[in-house]
Amino acid sequence: MLGRRKGLFIGSLVVSLLYLLPGVVSKTDVLNLSCLVFLFVMLSESWNILGGYAGQVNLGHACFFGLGALVTRLLWFSGMPLLVTLFLGGLAALVFALIIGLPAFRLRGAYFVIGTLALAEIMRIVVSNALPTISSMPSQFIASYSLVPRYYLSLTLAVGTVAVVHLLSRSRPGLAMVAIKEGEDTAEASGVDTFKYKLMALGLSTFLAGLAGGLFAFFHVSYYPAQPFGVHWTFDALFIAYIGGIGTVGGPIIGTLFYIGLRELFPLVLPPEIHTIVFGIMFILVILLMPNGLVELPGKFRRFMVGSEPPRE
Amino acid sequence: MTFEFLIQIMVFGVFVGSLYGLAAVGFSFIYGVMRILNIAHGELIMLGGYVGFSICSYYHIDPFLSLPLVGVVLFVLGAGLYKAFFSRIIKFNEELRTNTSLLISFGLILILEQSALLSFSANDRSSSPSYAGLGMEIYNIQFPYLRMGILLVSIVLIFGLQLFLRKTYLGKSIRAAAENWESATLVGINIKRVYLISFSLSCALAGMAGSMIAVGYSINPTMGLEWILKAMVIAIMAGVGSIGGAFIAGVMLGVVEAVSSIYLGPYMQGIGLVIFLMVLMLRPQGLFGAKRGRV
Repeated sequence: MLGRRKGLFIGSLVVSLLYLLPGVVSKTDVLNLSCLVFLFVMLSESWNILGGYAGQVNLGHACFFGLGALVTRLLWFSGMPLLVTLFLGGLAALVFALIIGLPAFRLRGAYFVIGTLALAEIMRIVVSNALPTISSMPSQFIASYSLVPRYYLSLTLAVGTVAVVHLLSRSRPGLAMVAIKEGEDTAEASGVDTFKYKLMALGLSTFLAGLAGGLFAFFHVSYYPAQPFGVHWTFDALFIAYIGGIGTVGGPIIGTLFYIGLRELFPLVLPPEIHTIVFGIMFILVILLMPNGLVELPGKFRRFMVGSEPPRE
Repeated sequence: MTFEFLIQIMVFGVFVGSLYGLAAVGFSFIYGVMRILNIAHGELIMLGGYVGFSICSYYHIDPFLSLPLVGVVLFVLGAGLYKAFFSRIIKFNEELRTNTSLLISFGLILILEQSALLSFSANDRSSSPSYAGLGMEIYNIQFPYLRMGILLVSIVLIFGLQLFLRKTYLGKSIRAAAENWESATLVGINIKRVYLISFSLSCALAGMAGSMIAVGYSINPTMGLEWILKAMVIAIMAGVGSIGGAFIAGVMLGVVEAVSSIYLGPYMQGIGLVIFLMVLMLRPQGLFGAKRGRV
């Protein structure tokens, strides 16, 4: 592991460089890709709170992402300031999550997994039937469309999300969540209010997912309202978090860079559409061989070179 | 709306429901025996559908006659998948096994769905034998031969599986492994062999379900999600591991969906899931299940 101060230093250096990027580079494809990276960092990092730290595998993440997108989009078009609508989008996802969280956490293991997947599908079906037409930005919004504010907003939100997860991982609630993951009954027996902390993880995770959804709504000119409810958003978040390493702050960031990088690179070197298959194989290999994800690679490598456990700080 | 119309809708609900039951049995069975949550079951159904479709369209063999062949192909494929991936996770405890198998099968979804898209294109396909469209009529209610055949196949397969598990030595050892695999090992049951056979059997069931879907309805490479959701809903409604229950719950879901489509229109796709969530909240052991899922 990096030393704490060193890690913080490198992190803030990278972030400040990223803030300067639009001043140096004006190529839209670079900014576009960066926005995509930030969106996926948010999405997977928010999944990571409930799935990685608290150990509750949530297959309904798309539901909260979609809800945030829906609320933000509708309110924003009706004339409210963007930042307020983003917050309200996150809040809508949070409120919905708390309503369903109360009964959902009676379910454990496989039942929770299947229940959340069913929930997201219900929402997708309802939205695709209730709002079947494509949602496009009004013409005055398109006329003033610019990538730079979108870049800054998504960067800020992504940095904020990572900071939240970082703080969480060092806090008492974060430790309680890890205790729940390691063994729910044991945690309960040693005095952790498991229900409270699971609900807290769900709330935080879904609020951030709602914000990410709002970002999606702000970013795209037109899409079908049911699109952000699609199950592939959940799958992408889960995939990225596991490839990078669940239950770590850096995992989803590494996972996103890896995922987006390969997704952009593969079509250049492989026949079209093969890359999904390669991703599938890679995913299974990571699950079987590196259950802690790519973040453990440097440690493994160092141990291999030095031949012993590195000293802890 | 006439009474006859309602009855007709319900009859079609029973036909499609028997397929739901068949699709769910393999999924429920493998979770009951091995605690493997195979969400790629829907993709195995899809593959079985394409195997059945290919045999029917290239060799012009009747899809009902070629059904055992589809079963064998998927049985072998299942054995391969088990050997390659799932055999590595049986040393884990139950909870970790469930979670890891979920993730592995998630990877399998990506692989299988995309492979099918590449090899078979995204078009809807269905195997139609010469007697498709024929049927009989009783009191103005249509009974197509194809769908009656499907209903019969579902019943035979599900009760065949039930008999196999109750009466044969191998079936009994599978049930023993489901109850408590450590004790089963102690009394001399070869647990690895039992697991291999159980997993392959569940794949074979998925494949035969898919082949029947291709006959009565239609298949495409992305059908997996829709069918795995149905399978999960039914498996939980019936109580995990309850095989006869899965068939009954499947038929119930089929009828409820069919009738609700009259009133709800396109929203009826969600009705099963809503019922499912309610069952999950109020009676987590399922409608026909014992306290803990057993085969």
